[in-house]
Amino acid sequence: MIELDNVAYSYSGDALLTDISLQLAPGTFHFLTGPSGAGKTTFLKLCYGALKPTGGSVHIFGDDVTEMDRDAVAYMRRRVGVVHQDCQFLDHLSVAENVALPLSVSGQATPDQAENLNELMGWVGLQGKFDSLPPELSGGERQRAALARALILSPDVILADEPTGNVDWEMSQRLLRLLIELNRMGKTVMIATHDLGLIRAAKAHVQARVLRITNRTLQTAGADL
Amino acid sequence: MRARLDQVIALLKGDQGADRIVPPSGFTVRLTLFTSAAMAFLTIFALALSLAAGRLGTSWGDELARASTIRISAPPEQMQEQVASVLRLLEQTPGVETARALSADEQRELLEPWFGPALPVEQLPVPQLIDVSETSDGYDADSLRLRLQAEAPGAVLDEHTRWRRPLVAAASRLRLLGWVSILLIGAATGAMVTLAAHAALAANAQVIAVLRLVGATDGYIAQAFVRRFTLRTLSGALAGTLAGMAALLLMPSAGDVEGLLTGLRFEGWQWLLPLVVPPLAALVAYIATSAAARRVLGGLA
Ligand SMILES: Nc1ncnc2c1ncn2[C@@H]1O[C@H](COP(=O)(O)OP(=O)(O)OP(=O)(O)O)[C@@H](O)[C@H]1O
Ligand SMILES: [Mg+2]
Repeated sequence: MIELDNVAYSYSGDALLTDISLQLAPGTFHFLTGPSGAGKTTFLKLCYGALKPTGGSVHIFGDDVTEMDRDAVAYMRRRVGVVHQDCQFLDHLSVAENVALPLSVSGQATPDQAENLNELMGWVGLQGKFDSLPPELSGGERQRAALARALILSPDVILADEPTGNVDWEMSQRLLRLLIELNRMGKTVMIATHDLGLIRAAKAHVQARVLRITNRTLQTAGADL
Repeated sequence: MRARLDQVIALLKGDQGADRIVPPSGFTVRLTLFTSAAMAFLTIFALALSLAAGRLGTSWGDELARASTIRISAPPEQMQEQVASVLRLLEQTPGVETARALSADEQRELLEPWFGPALPVEQLPVPQLIDVSETSDGYDADSLRLRLQAEAPGAVLDEHTRWRRPLVAAASRLRLLGWVSILLIGAATGAMVTLAAHAALAANAQVIAVLRLVGATDGYIAQAFVRRFTLRTLSGALAGTLAGMAALLLMPSAGDVEGLLTGLRFEGWQWLLPLVVPPLAALVAYIATSAAARRVLGGLA
């Protein structure tokens, strides 16, 4: 699905990440941890083509990201659901419209998607917020809306950057269960998080690999978790 | 619930959805509408001016080409000789294309309205007329007059239309200026729309970023802006065009007197010409916005 080969990345000057090799196989479940500022968000951006590696190569669905044109990147994004750390919405559209946005920009908005949208909004606990505007949402609600938006196209890969950063334990368990459920359906999932409790909770239900960014590179975390 | 969902989906679908993804911005909408209306209004006047100048130039030019006349009044016994020498002289004058003495029949025809058909021209001391047609450069009237005086004292050069020659040149220049103005107005419209589109694209940078993240192609994003600016320009230009046409219709008419000021109107099929202005303005807006969107979106990371 996503393949990183000896990837290095530097914003300017010093390398932030070096020597990263990873293959995200279909149906796998990964956690990504590391201290704040280690480069988790940067790593995820490399995985969905928002950043191009300054060294090595990244292949997404078999295509080299450095050779993708802007349209190819757009089509690739429809197959990768991303929950951003700072979720951004179209503030003049309702939450429901925002969640359905990937459908409309890809020309897939049909009335029979309504059921899908409804169910998804229920899963993330936003049934009551259909007509709210994004600026009226709390931080946690925004994250849940962003997760729903990432899932609406039923993507093959789900990359979530701190999807449970602002929600209570109860809700984070709920979101985790949703992601585990999707993983069981064959989706590839990668979650960047600081929350070791979340990782422990997940390990009870799913075969999850934990990756850690230390010393500017990616390591598989030991059994200490 | 179900009905509302359908509504949401319907809103997001198709053109309406693509339009809604860009937040409405009242102020720039009004400015674009106003500017394109003003531009269309000006275009209508420049168009009317060009057409009027063209009409005037043509009709004056036709009269000019019809030439001037030399009238020879001489005693009958000298008439033949003077006519011959004037014709000879004209033949050698640069700028004269043809010169021809009118026949008795033609002269009679000219005089008929006043004296009836039975006028015995040959026996009356009517002046002999010589029809002179000029080349496009024309002749030097003053020197021709001097030489006529020397060769045929009874000859008088009558240049009834020559004074219009500089006016014809001015009319054709005016027509050219009218068309240049139309081109400039078109270019200014393009520039205005480009600026407005750039402003809109910059103001909506976050919207564009979000759309890119959820998998919108540049084409989809551009379409939303292009549609909006094209439609705005079209409706603004339509209003301006109608206002311009109304203003021309209300121009006071001066009857048959032909002049630039009173001729500022369309005639017959020409009333269809202004209707081309709004679609052309929309085309200009379409091209300008597409180019601006392509440039801005292509430059994004
Ligand atoms: N656009 C940028 N330009 C320059 N430097 C950047 C940029 N984005 C991030 N950085 C730097 O790169 C480093 C890694 O940032 P990143 O956001 O990947 O960290 P992170 O692991 O996601 O942290 P957190 O857990 O706080 O979200 C930081 O030191 C940050 O200052
Ligand atoms: Mg981060």
